[in-house]
Amino acid sequence: MTATDQKPSGELGAYLSAFEEFSGTNKVPTWLSDLQRNGITHFTELGFPTLKQEEWVFTNVKPIQELSFIPATAPFATSIEIEKFAFKGLTGPRLVFVDGHLSHALSEIPELPKGIVVSNIASAMEGHADLLEKHLGHYAKTDESGFSALNTAFIQDGAFVYVPKGKVLEEPVHLLFISTDGDTNTANLRSLIVAEPTAQCKVIESYYSAGDQAVFTNVVTEVVVDESARVEHTKFQELNHESFHVATIQAQLAKSSHFTSHSISTGGRIARNNINMVMNGEGIECVLNGLYLVGGKQVVDHHTLADHAMPHCDSHEFYHGILGGNSRGVFNGKIYVREDAQKTDAKQSSRALLLSDKATVNSKPQLEIYADDVKCTHGATVGQLNNEAVFYCRSRGIDETNARRMLTHAFASEVIDRISIEPVREHLEALIWDRLEHLIED
Amino acid sequence: MSKTLIEIKNLSASINGKEILKGINLTVNEGEVHAIMGPNGSGKSTLGYVLSGREGYAVTGGEVIYKGQDLVEMAPEERAREGLFLAFQYPVEIPGVNNTYFLRAAFNELRKHRNEEEMDAVDFLSVVKEKMKLLELPDSMMKRAVNEGFSGGEKKRNEIFQMAVLDPQLSVLDETDSGLDIDALKTVANGVNRLKRADNASIVITHYQRLLDYIVPDFVHVLFDGRIIKSGDKSLALELEEKGYDWITGKEAVAA
Repeated sequence: MTATDQKPSGELGAYLSAFEEFSGTNKVPTWLSDLQRNGITHFTELGFPTLKQEEWVFTNVKPIQELSFIPATAPFATSIEIEKFAFKGLTGPRLVFVDGHLSHALSEIPELPKGIVVSNIASAMEGHADLLEKHLGHYAKTDESGFSALNTAFIQDGAFVYVPKGKVLEEPVHLLFISTDGDTNTANLRSLIVAEPTAQCKVIESYYSAGDQAVFTNVVTEVVVDESARVEHTKFQELNHESFHVATIQAQLAKSSHFTSHSISTGGRIARNNINMVMNGEGIECVLNGLYLVGGKQVVDHHTLADHAMPHCDSHEFYHGILGGNSRGVFNGKIYVREDAQKTDAKQSSRALLLSDKATVNSKPQLEIYADDVKCTHGATVGQLNNEAVFYCRSRGIDETNARRMLTHAFASEVIDRISIEPVREHLEALIWDRLEHLIED
Repeated sequence: MSKTLIEIKNLSASINGKEILKGINLTVNEGEVHAIMGPNGSGKSTLGYVLSGREGYAVTGGEVIYKGQDLVEMAPEERAREGLFLAFQYPVEIPGVNNTYFLRAAFNELRKHRNEEEMDAVDFLSVVKEKMKLLELPDSMMKRAVNEGFSGGEKKRNEIFQMAVLDPQLSVLDETDSGLDIDALKTVANGVNRLKRADNASIVITHYQRLLDYIVPDFVHVLFDGRIIKSGDKSLALELEEKGYDWITGKEAVAA
């Protein structure tokens, strides 16, 4: 039985027809077409998540389902003012994807040290099919989330960053994903980052919408951090406030590796970030760092998973939310400490600052601990600015609105400061400062 | 004769409905240093907070005229911009806000208020350096977040440093000596002495006489149960040190 034989009713149908058309025209190796078909099969079984599913109780994705977005088979727009979206001062490799397709004209790949690959998935099929086959789809599961399944079904393009054993890619790689106005535009973006033993790289993914229409970006990024390798991953999402964004970062970590994830979310009507780390060796250190800054009716949801399978691994999570208007934030932090994972050090902190009476946050730590010699802590706070600090600023001549803006910005900076890439920090600091002007209520 | 800077007339104030200040009268002229002493709970810190405009303190009677204006009607930031400075007994930690950045923001608010141009980061840094030298403070303090992780002594030094940069006309030092070792105490006192001019004034609130070994007051007032019950010159402070507060408050000394 093929996926399409099931003919699920309603909204899924459009995706299925699109898949048939897509898989008919798309010439790909068998392993990939199997992967894609597996994706659509799971998607038809799972469909879009509902509020009844434990992982989705706080975030209603019905609006995504209702709009029935169609994956873009070609870019809608031809010209993009790329400078609006680039980080000033960033000089490394840059790949720009428009509606899910690489734009050669907007991308820039300087000469890279031998063996390092920064490319799009579509081109990598030519020269690096073996690496893709080895890794793509091996970490992100399709049988748990309809979104990941959908993404896998439509794997077409995205970024491929490969740093072979012992190599260091000094300059951060910037991946820009821009969605333009078009008929119900969906982009399924699939990226793969592989750092072999002792390799190092920094990758930034940023997501934007060029227009005002609703777009849907459905993202899966798989990150492989091999023994003693280091990866710093920064994801920044600033879609317009009509748009939808669902992203999964799936990191597979080996012995003594180091992984940092920064997730900065300021855009979208509904944005869901799943950040999953599987620690498959001893002595792994990872940091999950996140900031969301929302207003109006925006919803931002972070679901993290720190899966401690082996001893002596550290996972430290820091999430800060700033919420104005009627916005809503969700943080769900799952920590598994499996039987063998003695001497685990897992810390989790979720703090939210409410700038309005109508903003809300749901924060849920979920610790499942099966080892007995571990250190696991979690803390969640939701509140307003410290009035003592506001008064302290005012007593020095700073008016109340500015004091609030300054203190709120500082709360955001605690997260931003953990990003090692200065141009990104500067861009975000300025952007947050500007947005706070509108979010802070007198 | 020097000009009057602040005139507190029959000031009463309460917090959460409880009256703390019960009719304070105090006039401070330019060039003067006034010490306010008194046992715990007499209303010393409340006086500092009421003068700086902290929320939650209700002025229930009397008035405060500062530089000819009704101080009670002014927002805390307006008071600061008009040259009033409160050195906090418990300075607040502000994680994520750099000390230099914070101070420059405040400094420029004061300049804007005086219709002066805002100062850029480079010029401001030279102001900072000069004041740090004056107060013998380490540079590293300016690179840290406001008071974050500062020791008690560092926090108090930072208050005096802010005072030096903002150059107020009237400084209210709320128990700046509490919790300081003798070296920190000297630094703080030296700072206050060096910043003293003919056209500014200080109100030094303290529980102990020892700060007054280094900052010599022109007047000493004893605050008890929300009123100033005795005023004198610096010899009053020495007398208090020797005899305690009981002889003046009318309470009998109770053997422990």
